[in-house]
Amino acid sequence: MLDRRQFCAASGLAFAAPFSAPALAQFRVEISGVGATQLPIAITRFRNDDIGGTSLSAIVRADLERSGAFRMVEGNAALDDTSTPSMAEWRARAADALAAGSVARLADGRYDVRFKLWDVVKGSDLGGQSAAVDPSELRLAAHRIADFIYEKLTGEKGVFSTRIAYVTRAGSRYTLRVADADGENGQVALTSGQPIISPAWSPNGKELAYVSFERQKAVVFVHNVASGERRAIADFRGSNSAPAWAPDGQRLAVTLSRDGGSQLFSIGKNGESPRRLATSSGIDTEAQFSADGRFLYFTSDRGGGPQIYRMPAAGGSADRVTFSGGYNISPSVSPDGRTLAYVTRAGNAFRLSVLDLSIPGAQPATITDSGEDEHPSFAPNGRLVVYATKVQGRSVLMTTTLDGKIKARLPSQTADLREPVWGPYGR
Amino acid sequence: MKTFSRHLLTVLAAASLAACSSVKLDDPAPVESRTGGTVVPGSGMNNGAASSQTRVAPVDVTNTNASVMSNLPRVVYFDYDSYIVKDEFRPVIEANAKALSGDRKRHLAVEGHTDDRGSSEYNLALGQRRAESVVKSLTLLGAEASQLEAVSFGKERPAAQGEDEAAWAKNRRAELANR
Repeated sequence: MLDRRQFCAASGLAFAAPFSAPALAQFRVEISGVGATQLPIAITRFRNDDIGGTSLSAIVRADLERSGAFRMVEGNAALDDTSTPSMAEWRARAADALAAGSVARLADGRYDVRFKLWDVVKGSDLGGQSAAVDPSELRLAAHRIADFIYEKLTGEKGVFSTRIAYVTRAGSRYTLRVADADGENGQVALTSGQPIISPAWSPNGKELAYVSFERQKAVVFVHNVASGERRAIADFRGSNSAPAWAPDGQRLAVTLSRDGGSQLFSIGKNGESPRRLATSSGIDTEAQFSADGRFLYFTSDRGGGPQIYRMPAAGGSADRVTFSGGYNISPSVSPDGRTLAYVTRAGNAFRLSVLDLSIPGAQPATITDSGEDEHPSFAPNGRLVVYATKVQGRSVLMTTTLDGKIKARLPSQTADLREPVWGPYGR
Repeated sequence: MKTFSRHLLTVLAAASLAACSSVKLDDPAPVESRTGGTVVPGSGMNNGAASSQTRVAPVDVTNTNASVMSNLPRVVYFDYDSYIVKDEFRPVIEANAKALSGDRKRHLAVEGHTDDRGSSEYNLALGQRRAESVVKSLTLLGAEASQLEAVSFGKERPAAQGEDEAAWAKNRRAELANR
């Protein structure tokens, strides 16, 4: 159950892009809502918590809060990973778990990061880790601590060390960016004077497919994030869009208009062997593979208004999946295949909704109050969804738990942020 | 002269920003004016915004195909949720089809657009439908299919900003652009 990943500095994490700019003003995490069942936990300030310029315990706290599974218990105490805290004292503070740690600067310029986790209820030591970390990897070290705590206490994998990609627009300048899952450390992968839409992570997390309009039409590119190397894989007559990677990383589903209309095709990751997947009388687009690669979920208006359908990944007859409302688009399916997140339109309001796919005839739930939601994307543990919405006229990114109860805004001081897509485990 | 050097700057800036792709300096850089809407070379149909004394409407003359095609109407507008070319735009279709029939070396891209409600991808497909509808109308009146390419910008290149029907109506359009 516990992922004993090496807690060590990774090498070669360069986002080499020709015009990569330093990260713009950092996101703040604003969390709203009260979760259903939350485990109360105290994360005390680490000894020398911010010696490297950023508070590691604050990152851990924010990660755990954003997950919706934890509630922070305040506690000022001079604890570290070598302490023997009084369980009675922390039980009295209504904490079920406690974590403490320390940071020390090493002679070679790296940092020694250590932490320990206690089950306060049982009064037991749940272990911890220590590692030497490059200064540039301090935030990642904190995210890995949050992952350890999350997994130990919930039994599920944490997503705090994962990344998201998204598009920014400021005036007529567009960028495709890669950031940590908390929105920090944003790095520019692509800058353009033309729109960029529909980023999609390859299953191994090394490449992004996206649609760029730099050739005055929609063309699908695949882009190596570390090297900046990119190739156009679909530039057929008309528009080429909506890339989605098959789980084996070898082929993508795309929407092409080369044969007229907007229809679903499969194409190799280097643009080879395009193959039509379906023929319908309407628009078929926004394809997403199920995690087991067996199915494609997609948006189609073959029946009139747009609805979400599912068909075998190799093509074949499609079954309609959404039945509530006359306009349902932008599917994202959870890795376990049980939940569909999508956008439903009611009147002029576009709202994020979730549907339990495992219960035939289930009613969907609308989980936001906003009216301009777009582009939901599941985290790889299936517990959170990132999406775009508008706040006071500006487009921002939010994460939400599936019940809609805990939402966190990832605000930015700059530009409109759109088209978020959550990356896979592993960097 | 001032306008020209401002355009040169815009084009150079666009060239320096486009990662890994070359923007030829004589490509018409789309000059987006937030108040006046996208200006197409020689367009006889602007978006109807009243011009004030102080505003300078940018004109891009870098398009070398400007000659015969430059005085033709270039925009067709659509009703909500529709891709049908209305009768009032028949003159636009006729004029362009005639010009294309008259010179088989001419090529046009028909660029479909939508208002900003809904997802980028679904709107891209709706814009594609509009573009293909105009292409069909043009071929029915004499243009060759090989002279035309239907593409879409979906909601990514609005002509007008705003969250009301007035703005949305200006964005539901197909534009004919030289290629």
